[in-house]
Amino acid sequence: MNAKRPNLSVDVAGIRLRNPVMPASGTFGYGEEYAPFVDLNRLGAIVTKGLSLNPKAGNPMPRIAETTSGMLNAIGLQNVGIDAFVAKKCPYYREVATPVFANFFGNTLEEYGEVARRLCDVPEVTALELNISCPNVKQGGIVFGTDPKAAAEVVSLVRKANAKPLIVKLSPNVTDITVIARAVEEAGADAISCINTLTGMAVDIRSRRPKIANRTGGLSGPAIRPVAVRMVHQVVQAVKVPVIGIGGIMTAADALEFLIVGARAVQVGTANFIDPAAMLAIIDGIEAFLAEEGLDDINQLIGSLQV
Amino acid sequence: MKNYQTIILSNQEIAPGYWRMRILAPGFAAVAHPGQFVMLRPEQPLPTMLRRPFGIFRTGCLPPECSGLPPREYMELLYKVVGQGTRIMSELHAGDRVELLGPLGRGFAVGDNACAKLLVGGGIGLVPLFMLAEALIAAGHRVRLLMGGRTRDDILAVTEFERLGVETYVSTDDGSLGEEGLVTNVLERKLDEAPCAEVFACGPMPMLAAVERICSARNVPLQVSLEAHMACGVGACLGCVVKGAGHSDQRPNYLCTCKEGPVFAAGQLDWGRAAASGEGCAEGGCRQ
Ligand SMILES: Cc1cc2nc3c(=O)[nH]c(=O)nc-3n(C[C@H](O)[C@H](O)[C@H](O)COP(=O)(O)OP(=O)(O)OC[C@H]3O[C@@H](n4cnc5c(N)ncnc54)[C@H](O)[C@@H]3O)c2cc1C
Ligand SMILES: Cc1cc2nc3c(=O)[nH]c(=O)nc-3n(C[C@H](O)[C@H](O)[C@H](O)COP(=O)(O)O)c2cc1C
Ligand code: FES
Repeated sequence: MNAKRPNLSVDVAGIRLRNPVMPASGTFGYGEEYAPFVDLNRLGAIVTKGLSLNPKAGNPMPRIAETTSGMLNAIGLQNVGIDAFVAKKCPYYREVATPVFANFFGNTLEEYGEVARRLCDVPEVTALELNISCPNVKQGGIVFGTDPKAAAEVVSLVRKANAKPLIVKLSPNVTDITVIARAVEEAGADAISCINTLTGMAVDIRSRRPKIANRTGGLSGPAIRPVAVRMVHQVVQAVKVPVIGIGGIMTAADALEFLIVGARAVQVGTANFIDPAAMLAIIDGIEAFLAEEGLDDINQLIGSLQV
Repeated sequence: MKNYQTIILSNQEIAPGYWRMRILAPGFAAVAHPGQFVMLRPEQPLPTMLRRPFGIFRTGCLPPECSGLPPREYMELLYKVVGQGTRIMSELHAGDRVELLGPLGRGFAVGDNACAKLLVGGGIGLVPLFMLAEALIAAGHRVRLLMGGRTRDDILAVTEFERLGVETYVSTDDGSLGEEGLVTNVLERKLDEAPCAEVFACGPMPMLAAVERICSARNVPLQVSLEAHMACGVGACLGCVVKGAGHSDQRPNYLCTCKEGPVFAAGQLDWGRAAASGEGCAEGGCRQ
């Protein structure tokens, strides 16, 4: 038996990760919440809840509803705000030897820029993940991530405001995701993560009310995985920067689909709720798969799709 | 708190639509406080189903069997079949595997004042009150349980409370068991009798709102246990919030039911709004 363990480490946006598995923003709190169940030092990275300039209260209740093989959420990006994050949440990361990706968003261009600036001198934050699936309140609510020009504009602004590695997270609620992907690459993104949730809706037939107060919400979980794999595949073809695959990953096999179509790493979201140790099982499963396939490096698998 | 990958010891229907599930849980009793909850998931058949939140009814220990097996610690749920998840649970048997995350959340605060302890339960809302009663009785308090339901089938486990030494008062909407009428009528009478009292309540939101009105009018301290739809149960998803005191659109004050609750002092919550929108509860009794 070959006792040598396969290499799981990958490079994303110039950062060496010990393995390609990390939580998806908003499903893992700030990391600390899951520390009783997950050794954070085993993860490829920690991705924070979405942060904004000012604390954000979020949407009215109910905010979540289970759907077939998935869930809808309209949390409304509730978060403590960037300053409280830096003061209260960051010190904890000093005890953890895992890179931290700060996910953030804004309601205006200026807000995006200001949050990026305030993260410059925060050594605990290794990289930025820019969530562009938000409406621009100054421009009639058009979602930054659905318009290539608006997306490029916010990416280049953030690029100038902060020199840390920049991952841009794409919305799937667009006609052609490759157009947005190319626009943000050109504007300076070091990596792209996709997909965010798909906009959906569910109705309680007895009360005839929407199941979540916000009416529509973001669909996540295994229901969206085939859509996500398709989009990651398309984006990988369209850009040169590394891509992080997200969407409905529950098991190692699910993660491997994304890696094979060319994702350099993956994020696990909804699965954390169902099994807090899901990411650890996924990491172990990927390692076992490589051994079974006789591969000694995960990079041999990434992008190995046969067509 | 811990993620137990464990087995069901028994799962029985105790009244039409109500089930009691006993789950093997070594070390659970020592860390569980009255009013805390767990997030449960059967290992099969739906790997993608979100966990369901359930109160901890009681913990216990099976004595060593004749074979000389070590004592087996367990925890028990009482649950009402209301939808897909609870229906699947009701189809499980002894030996089936479940995953149990817990104990979670903040339970009841048991002060050491000498006031009369009034426990108010509506339907399945009696669940978190059992361990509370145990703790209060152990501390030497006189404990009364006021238990309400729509019909006799909704009145559960009252004899178990009586065995602890709790005085119980049952009321049903249709008078099929105990007094006919609302449990809040009984509460008002008991408060009239007691010079000093403290109230602990769990049940449908309209009941909790009525209990709150009664207690605040009399300046009686009240703790309530709330329900909310939950995904994570550990404060990570922010799906389970409830409006806190002084909440407004301009100055929002959302509290996390899974982490800052499920038990709240009544004064922490925004009653006007919470009651009007029926939030914090979709419990069997009030969702129809
Ligand atoms: C802290 C807490 C303690 C609870 N304790 C108990 C208990 O001891 N016994 C008991 O029978 N029930 C209890 N409940 C309610 C129980 O969680 C729901 O009845 C159960 O989740 C319904 O699942 P379902 O799939 O059968 O229903 P469905 O309606 O099919 O569920 C659909 C989704 O809505 C959620 N949901 C539906 N109703 C509720 C509800 N009332 N509260 C929270 N989420 C809900 C489900 O979890 C699921 O995600 C408790 C809830 C909370 C929050
Ligand atoms: C409850 C919840 C909250 C989320 N919050 C955020 C967020 O703050 N920022 C963000 O970029 N994505 C957020 N997402 C999207 C996830 O990061 C992820 O893109 C999506 O859930 C798809 O992955 P999954 O199917 O593995 O959950 C959230 C998802 C859920 C379910
Ligand atoms: S259930 Fe996720 S924060 Fe409460």
